[in-house]
Amino acid sequence: MTDWRPGADLAALRARAELLATVRDFFARRGVLEVDTPILGATGGTDPGIECFRSHAGRVLQSSPEFFMKRLLAAGSGPIYQIARAFRAEEAGRLHNPEFLLLEWYRPGFDDFALMDEIDDLCAGLMPGFPAQRLPFREFIAGVFGVDPLTAADETLAAALDRHFVAARREADIAELTGGARGVLLDLAYSEAVAATRDAVFVYDFPPEQAALARMRRDSHGAEVAARFELMLAGIELANGYHELADAAEQRRRFEADLASRRQAGRFCPEIDEHLLAALEAGLPDCAGVAIGIDRLLMLILGAQDIDAVLPFSECRL
Amino acid sequence: MATFATNEFRAGLKVMLDGDPCNILENEFVKPGKGQAFNRVRLRNLKTGRVWERTFKSGESLEGADVMELDMEYLYTDGEFYHFMKTDGSFEQVAASEAAVGDTKRWLKEQETYIVTLWNDAPLLVQPPNFIELEVVETDPGLKGDTAQGGSKPATLSTGAVIKVPLFINQGEVLRVDTRTGEYQGRARS
Repeated sequence: MTDWRPGADLAALRARAELLATVRDFFARRGVLEVDTPILGATGGTDPGIECFRSHAGRVLQSSPEFFMKRLLAAGSGPIYQIARAFRAEEAGRLHNPEFLLLEWYRPGFDDFALMDEIDDLCAGLMPGFPAQRLPFREFIAGVFGVDPLTAADETLAAALDRHFVAARREADIAELTGGARGVLLDLAYSEAVAATRDAVFVYDFPPEQAALARMRRDSHGAEVAARFELMLAGIELANGYHELADAAEQRRRFEADLASRRQAGRFCPEIDEHLLAALEAGLPDCAGVAIGIDRLLMLILGAQDIDAVLPFSECRL
Repeated sequence: MATFATNEFRAGLKVMLDGDPCNILENEFVKPGKGQAFNRVRLRNLKTGRVWERTFKSGESLEGADVMELDMEYLYTDGEFYHFMKTDGSFEQVAASEAAVGDTKRWLKEQETYIVTLWNDAPLLVQPPNFIELEVVETDPGLKGDTAQGGSKPATLSTGAVIKVPLFINQGEVLRVDTRTGEYQGRARS
């Protein structure tokens, strides 16, 4: 028999509506303006780790509202937030649905640490365990693998990963999985460390390879790091934020590096978003921004084990 | 045979891994942050029964395995092979090796239905039904009236399996046994 019923029960639907109302109230009280930008754009992001759905007439379902929101910021919007539908092809599982709801907001005048404070305030009203602990990326990884991810040689990192899998009696051919590429070694180490988290923790100061759209800075040891952070708890990545890169030339270089890596992997190469670059050229205010997965947030609030339990109709019910 | 990418891995999908047919039990898509995604996959090797987890890079693919699970009736053994017959009315027979029968040997009863896993049409694994009714061929005489007390004794069943039974059970009685645990469940209803 065809299972036509929703994945979320009535209690979950009510909790979902209540969560959205709480979020809107939180930002209304703080004078952050709600906006809504297109989910169907002329192009999308270049991130080699994210595949967009492409539609009729070359339109692209947005994987995040980031570029449109940055154009609003450059146009002088002041602090803004959005509860946006976001789409990522090829991502489905216990914690992923190809179509999901993102809460994304930008704070002119904030750096990443000030924004972490605000996330603590929001989450403290929703569940226990906040404010979250804060750990630099290198300590987060060293705590699990015993090596410093910023300075360790690729072979040292691979050997530590190998020991980790062997100790857990899990099989992973590190060389085959990563091809020895530093970025993939770091991705694998990071995904294993995230899976092991229990209490809420902000991880910050990411390796330069994982800067994405964050500006660069020096950490307390003088190493070059990205002003990026993520919030993790109970093995779930909940938020990803940046002290936003505002340098148009640097942004173009990163887009082009992404496209080069896509070309090399034989993947689709989207058009670079020239509107975004023009906006950065005109001047993006110094700001920090973050995106939180609303569906995952609801999973954590309700203790749900599968994203299907908090969505009316997830991928498996379409 | 078709190939399957990690995003097509579902519980029950049979794939070839390191030359052996495997059954996928669980597939978890892992992608914190941005960057490379992985799939943590739990599999059962259908040849050895070993269950383990392997991490794959998302997008990798594996060849499908030509594996089928069929209900088949046990007929007899010729000393080397164990012969089973399809229950679909075709009377088609297959011969399973000692290795394929494995531990199920101690639960083999003629005319009983077993799950036979065929790989490239050859029997790979024979699984017994969860419950089976077998006669006691040897045990110490039963103790009258001893139905409430604990205590058990060994009993040999018609298939050769030795299980623990309550003291009141007699030779010649037919018992219901859980083949997964080898535990006595009660007297068979006749």
